[in-house]
Amino acid sequence: MDNAAIGKRSKAENRRLIWLQMKQNKECYLMMLPFMVIFFIFTTVPVVMSLPMGFTDFDMVQLPKFVGLSNYTTLFLNDSIFVQSIRVTLVFAIFTGPLSYVLCFLLAWLINELHPKLKTIFTLIFYAPSMANVYTVWQLIFSGDSYGYLNSVLLNLGIINSPIQWLTDGEYVLGVTIVVQLWLSLGAGFLSLRAGFQNIDRSQYEAGAIEGIKNRWQELIYITIPSMGPQLMFAAVMQIVSSFTAGTVAQSLVGFPSTDYKAHTIMTHAYDYGWVRYEMGYASAICMVLFIAMFLVNKLISKILSKYMD
Amino acid sequence: MTDTKKLKASNKQAGRKIGGTVAIFVFLLLLGTFMALPIYLACVMSIKPVHELFVFPPKLYVIDPTLDNFKDMFATLSDMWVPFSRYVFNSVFVTVCVTVAQCVFASMAAFVLAKCKFPGNKFLNGVIVVSLLYQSNVIYIMQYIVMAQLGMINTYWALILPSVASPMCLYLMRQSMTTIPDAMIEAAKVDGANMFTICWKIVMPNQKPALMTMIIFAFQAAWNIQGGTLVYKESLKTLPTVVQQAASSGLARAGVAMAAAVFMLIPPIVIFMIAQKNVIETMAHSGIKD
Repeated sequence: MDNAAIGKRSKAENRRLIWLQMKQNKECYLMMLPFMVIFFIFTTVPVVMSLPMGFTDFDMVQLPKFVGLSNYTTLFLNDSIFVQSIRVTLVFAIFTGPLSYVLCFLLAWLINELHPKLKTIFTLIFYAPSMANVYTVWQLIFSGDSYGYLNSVLLNLGIINSPIQWLTDGEYVLGVTIVVQLWLSLGAGFLSLRAGFQNIDRSQYEAGAIEGIKNRWQELIYITIPSMGPQLMFAAVMQIVSSFTAGTVAQSLVGFPSTDYKAHTIMTHAYDYGWVRYEMGYASAICMVLFIAMFLVNKLISKILSKYMD
Repeated sequence: MTDTKKLKASNKQAGRKIGGTVAIFVFLLLLGTFMALPIYLACVMSIKPVHELFVFPPKLYVIDPTLDNFKDMFATLSDMWVPFSRYVFNSVFVTVCVTVAQCVFASMAAFVLAKCKFPGNKFLNGVIVVSLLYQSNVIYIMQYIVMAQLGMINTYWALILPSVASPMCLYLMRQSMTTIPDAMIEAAKVDGANMFTICWKIVMPNQKPALMTMIIFAFQAAWNIQGGTLVYKESLKTLPTVVQQAASSGLARAGVAMAAAVFMLIPPIVIFMIAQKNVIETMAHSGIKD
């Protein structure tokens, strides 16, 4: 017998073993069943059906027509607005992604240092923006005439002489959307980190105190962060999704399309082709490019995080 | 700062100085003010009378508070074809169904995915993350096709089912459950508990913070379900849809729109407060238990 084959199982044996394991874990499958059935019908099936759409010409009236890679070639070679939107999305993601991730963690930690009653109040204050649909109020703050709150404050202080067109001036459009997105971004990730902090066993801290941990920083680095790995990963995924797929905020705030496409993200571009021009095939090609980018960033971050956690 | 004594008493941890805690408090207070300002403005706008909406310079407070905007909104709402109570019922019914079903199903699935080794586990975990990352506007069309095939258009199912299996809630629970020591589950197994009992009697009571967070997410998402093209029968529409209609048809739009936003914000905040209170109580308990 070959030396390499010793200790290895044949394919048939392997299959039998898997079948045996599956039988042993009957209960597990049964417990997942309700979720997985609904998930399969209403999420997996539509997603799988949408995957090939990027290779078609589909206007929602006629059946999709296969066009090969032409959507993708047009996208990168002939669509200058798409290239512009990549740049906008990257700037947007770099500013809102890491910054708000750090902010989520920092605030969740600082809040955890306070009295329980204050914890609830501060968590609510920071989380409320993502709960409410009130970002239209920013329109009043950044309003271009002197009735806008920001303009009127700046005029009163004498910093500016005439009102600034925050929402239509190409110079400010992207900055304004980034500020509002940051304001909105303490959402799911922030709340899951708060839950993570609350789930840490108190006895660990007491043990730490006996072992000679001197201050908050040491406690954070030696006890808290190592036991928060899963929540940190969840928050990272949430931040990737929200920073890469941002678009609705910009659309309702600075208009659609924004001045000189200065706040035109990839998602806005997909919206433009999908729901304005009804070129669904092209729109789904755009979404596919975005998905691949997000997938790669996710892989990268989970690698970094897992290295750091171990 | 009368709270500092209490603050100190609540922290039995190493190296807590009052100065540090006060500094943290002040920092959070300043940042919190900035965060809360727009929401405060929205609330103020919602109780401003029309003639105060357009004064220069814009005021941060109300001189003459009024509930006209809310009255305006409710007047528009009660003028619709279907009685207002029907919309309220639709929203409450859908929200309760989605929240309960989602929390129960996602908790069980998350427990299995986090703590059991079985063929297909890794694959399913991967699928969940990928489905979080994949956002495409074609999905809605495909969802519509699936729903139409199942004959669910214009039924409560169309509002409820697509939101029940949320990959986000599952992922949240799964991540949180990976920190449970295997020894705990093994011990329960030795004692003869089956997986279902372990999940609900042993694991879930230890996961209250994550569970409460999930309830907040689920409630918030369910409360904002609009139905869109899946439901076009007037008697099946939910509050967000009609409140938006009312907001865009009001006399002084800005005021009524803000009133609508503030009105819709109240239930999620109530749920949030209840959930947070629960988390803090459990933490106190587990402190004694340990």
